[in-house]
Amino acid sequence: MMNNISMGQYLPAGSPVHRLDPRSKLICTALVVPAVLITFNPLGLTLVSLWTLLVVLLSGIKPGVYWQSLKPLWVLLLISFVLQVFFTPGNVLLTVGFIKISREGLLLSGWLLWRISVLLLAASVLTFTTTPLQLTMALEWLLSPLRRLRIPVQELAMMINLALRFVPTLFDEARMLLLAQRSRGADFNSGSIKERVSRLTPFMVPLLTNIFSRAEELALAMEIRCYQVGAARSRLHVMRFRVADYAALSLNTAILAAVITAKAL
Amino acid sequence: MPCIEVEELTHLYYPGTPLEMVALRDIELTVYDGEFIALAGSAGSGKSTLVQHFNGLLLPTAGCVKVLGRAISDKQHRQQLWRQVGLVFQFPERQIFSSTVFEDIAFGPRNLGWDSTTVSKLVKDTVALVGLPEEILAADPRTLSGGMLRRVAICGVLAMRPQILIMDEPGAGLEHATRQLILANIKEIQARQGMTVILITHHLEDAAVFAERVAVLHQGVLLSIGPTREVLSQTELLHRAGLKAPFAVELAQQLSQAGIYLPSLPLSLADAAQLLQQMLQTNRVRPGGTP
Repeated sequence: MMNNISMGQYLPAGSPVHRLDPRSKLICTALVVPAVLITFNPLGLTLVSLWTLLVVLLSGIKPGVYWQSLKPLWVLLLISFVLQVFFTPGNVLLTVGFIKISREGLLLSGWLLWRISVLLLAASVLTFTTTPLQLTMALEWLLSPLRRLRIPVQELAMMINLALRFVPTLFDEARMLLLAQRSRGADFNSGSIKERVSRLTPFMVPLLTNIFSRAEELALAMEIRCYQVGAARSRLHVMRFRVADYAALSLNTAILAAVITAKAL
Repeated sequence: MPCIEVEELTHLYYPGTPLEMVALRDIELTVYDGEFIALAGSAGSGKSTLVQHFNGLLLPTAGCVKVLGRAISDKQHRQQLWRQVGLVFQFPERQIFSSTVFEDIAFGPRNLGWDSTTVSKLVKDTVALVGLPEEILAADPRTLSGGMLRRVAICGVLAMRPQILIMDEPGAGLEHATRQLILANIKEIQARQGMTVILITHHLEDAAVFAERVAVLHQGVLLSIGPTREVLSQTELLHRAGLKAPFAVELAQQLSQAGIYLPSLPLSLADAAQLLQQMLQTNRVRPGGTP
């Protein structure tokens, strides 16, 4: 657990992508999604893929790290690829026993694999180069018009922030408990499902207790510092759009526009 | 007989990523059967990382760690190590899960496959060893104080009768008296049963009283290792490692700067008091008078 970088982890590198305003990164990622999903034109998808790869290279994080962090997802993707290949009817190219591989199946699943990979890469760039705090700040800014509708955007952002803040804590706590109980001989990896579930007690009970007590401590600490729901707050780091942000935003919009016009033609 | 041999151990966290961090660098260390050794170092010095190699929870990035004669890179050996190497984590009371104290302490011995009469005898013996009353066995852990809970959690590991006991800051967050009590108990058990004890601490006062040897870690590097008296007298080195020398050692140094030389280096306050008293008696000076 300690030696694997999970998806969604922030990796400081100080690259141009890191320095972009979190709002423009969030919007750009949001623009890539429809661009990838709309196009049925290989040229259009190649354009989006090249753009994503360029950003990956600019992010200052080794491509190997992207590969490593997405590794667990590849199993899932390959399974869906194989199933699609096998169960899509059409021109049969190859028959192995009862399994028929069709041209349509190969094409369709190839497209799907390509699309999902691009989407995952784009999402990884966002989370690798943006801290959770920046992300929620950007989200809060994007959702701020909803405040007119009396939706408590600031509080929602705070909730997301707190939830994200608890993720590493939860991981550490779980790791400690797992190791501690394992060094007392707890066996989480063998036996029937029923046995395994009951064997999880020494892990789950303290995990829940500890997490609840941490949450309570955090709530108390916030209250002691006079946190109030709905109070007006200022910011230490003010977000500002710069030239690079406008460039990234307009390029992304241009790509989306190109993909849409190609489809309309 | 060495029971743990560490050769050129290097451990990296997140190797090959921007988060890569050297936790340990070229550690050479041997722990002998039956000794009480203290690992001292400030926060982030790699103490906890080092001991997690000793019962096979972590594997070296480079180098070799041998425990009880076999390398931990041997998977079969590593998976059975918990039977002989007990590890008390930091704040071990956080891992208590049962509704009675007895159940929690019995968890480890039961996993070892011992029968229920042996287990219940062991649990009772262990509780007595650390000086807790037998009535506590029926108690609900949630009703106990922090210090009591800590001792219950340590019992959970002690009851497995490990050959090697590793304790990660067993006194953290406890008051001085409770800390001393826990360590004195462990020392007694160690002397009686010939157990090897590895104590992680940043309180050199504790190391001074209980450990036979002290190893000092700083930023993943082993700065010094040797007999307690020898290591603790190097105040410069301790300061460099971000540690505070025991008060008695500092006192002796201040005295020597003032021209008063104690016959030997005191490690504890009681030591210092005795040495000073001896000096006063042999020199026939009264406190307050000039020597």
